Amino acid sequence: MLFESRNLKYSHPGQQSLTFPDITLHPGESMLVLGKSGSGKTTLLNLLAGLLKPETGEVRLAEQNLAAMKGQKLDLFRGKEIGIVFQKPHLLAALNVKENLQMAHFFGKKKGQNIEQLLEELGLGKKAKSSVLTLSEGEAQRVSIARALANSPKLILADEPTSSLDDENTEKVIKLLKTQAAKIGAALIIVTHDHRVKAHVPNFVEVKAL
Amino acid sequence: MNLFKLSWKYLTFRPLSTGLNVFLLALGLAIITVLLLIQDQFEKKMNQDAAGIDLVVGAKGSPLQLILAGVYHIDFPTGNIPMDEAQKLSRNRLVKNIIPMALGDNYQGFRIVGTNYDYPALYGAKLQDGKLWEKPFEVVLGAEVAVKSGYQVGDEFLGSHGISVGSHEHDANKFIVVGLLERKGNVLDRLILTSVESIWYTHDEGGEVESSDSTANYEEHQAINLQESVAISGFPKSAESRDLTTLLIQYRNPMAAIQLPRLINSGTSMQAASPSFEMSRLFELLGVGITLLQGLAVVIIGISGLGIFIALYNSLKERKYDLAILRAIGASRGQLLLLIFLEGIMLTFLGAILGILLGHTFLWVIISQNEQGVVGSLQSWIFLKQELWIVVYALVVGVLASIIPAYAAYQTSIAKQLTKA
Repeated sequence: MLFESRNLKYSHPGQQSLTFPDITLHPGESMLVLGKSGSGKTTLLNLLAGLLKPETGEVRLAEQNLAAMKGQKLDLFRGKEIGIVFQKPHLLAALNVKENLQMAHFFGKKKGQNIEQLLEELGLGKKAKSSVLTLSEGEAQRVSIARALANSPKLILADEPTSSLDDENTEKVIKLLKTQAAKIGAALIIVTHDHRVKAHVPNFVEVKAL
Repeated sequence: MNLFKLSWKYLTFRPLSTGLNVFLLALGLAIITVLLLIQDQFEKKMNQDAAGIDLVVGAKGSPLQLILAGVYHIDFPTGNIPMDEAQKLSRNRLVKNIIPMALGDNYQGFRIVGTNYDYPALYGAKLQDGKLWEKPFEVVLGAEVAVKSGYQVGDEFLGSHGISVGSHEHDANKFIVVGLLERKGNVLDRLILTSVESIWYTHDEGGEVESSDSTANYEEHQAINLQESVAISGFPKSAESRDLTTLLIQYRNPMAAIQLPRLINSGTSMQAASPSFEMSRLFELLGVGITLLQGLAVVIIGISGLGIFIALYNSLKERKYDLAILRAIGASRGQLLLLIFLEGIMLTFLGAILGILLGHTFLWVIISQNEQGVVGSLQSWIFLKQELWIVVYALVVGVLASIIPAYAAYQTSIAKQLTKA
């Protein structure tokens, strides 16, 4: 068992508490988290990434309980073992493509994957020295995937990675996520309400607002 | 990639805002640098030029003017004094040495000073070429004068009356250069030295045109013997009653400091002024202006600190996302704190370096505009220890300006930022 979440509960201030379904994943496996908007999908993703602390329950990745970790140790663990792809690419505008990926190595304190090779595989070999401001939406999203993969994490979390992409780019992005996760033996969790994604990943759990 | 590089990338990503802040800070620091340099060198130079001169005696008038004219050769002389009265003074046992000086002529703004060998000896001057003057109209050039005029030993030139450029020339007698002095960085560099007799004889020629402040008197003079040797120490010999401009006096003992000035000021038609006393009075007067400039510099530095704070704070608003991303890829809160501090510190460090260079450049410009004044002998590329303090001040400004933005970065909640979209 690579990844497991149990009995997760969280309540936003002044709101009812949310209960989340348990998730269990082996290396290379992928899973969708479905749900209407406002149902708490993103909250679940934040809990799984250790960006929020759950009220109860635990998140275990490679025998470690994220929910019990704190401060710098948690940050470093996240940098090393969890790759996150956000809804928007959120690249650092002051840096070029390659430098954006190097930041992941620096803060994760890990050599990880060879950046040139990774960019080549994602079809971005020629863009390594470009400013991120010159990239198209699809390219930028692929760079953000490359950043999530740069440290060869054990868990890849993707938050609506395709919501602003066209059909062609959506397929590219999902295939990339799946093949790369399989290649480095990571568990992949995609939070989405995009039906185009469902065709590629059969496993899913659903988050329901109470 | 590391935090330094990342900070640097963020700074260069906003070149205009960064540039403006660096420049503003540099301007404030440049003013302080110039003040530091001028104050330090000016006082040093003033003290150096006045070293060994205990008292200056001249015609009645402003004591400060007497010092400025007699010691530093920057103001107009107060007038003339009769030589027999001066000679009486030299017999006083409180006086160790007395150097007579006759002023009133210039060559292209460089003053021609009639004196004896004691005057160059007072400053430990050495000859670079030639010899000291021995006959009337022989002159020795200070280093600065030699460079500017290009004259060598053996060259001749005409002096002009008065002490500023543009007065009429004394065309009857030409001065002949017999020696050049080594550069010492003191007042002698800007002077042309000759004998008192040279000054007298120059003014004897065109008696009627002279104004009454010159060192000549207008009676019938005996024929001048140009081959006769001039006095190399003490007072020049003269059969008639002649005038001098100032006397530089060295005391024999400390008692003289108390008795001699009073004796001269009340008992003769001359006045005595002490260089150290008058200069400290001058610095006191200048001090108000210096304090004002310092205040201005502090205000500018304060504004630039505020500018840096606002720039960091604003860019932080745009960058909360970036910071959240950095946290998501493994950066700790401490690292983000450091990142913002580094930006502020780098910004102010650049400002400090630029400010110091700018300050020296300002001074260099000022100096090159005033080559014949006292300012002209200052050095623009001397670096002082106090300039390290300027760097320290700047870094303190940087740290102060970054505290609030850095704390805000420290407090940023990643989950909130990333899910806001």
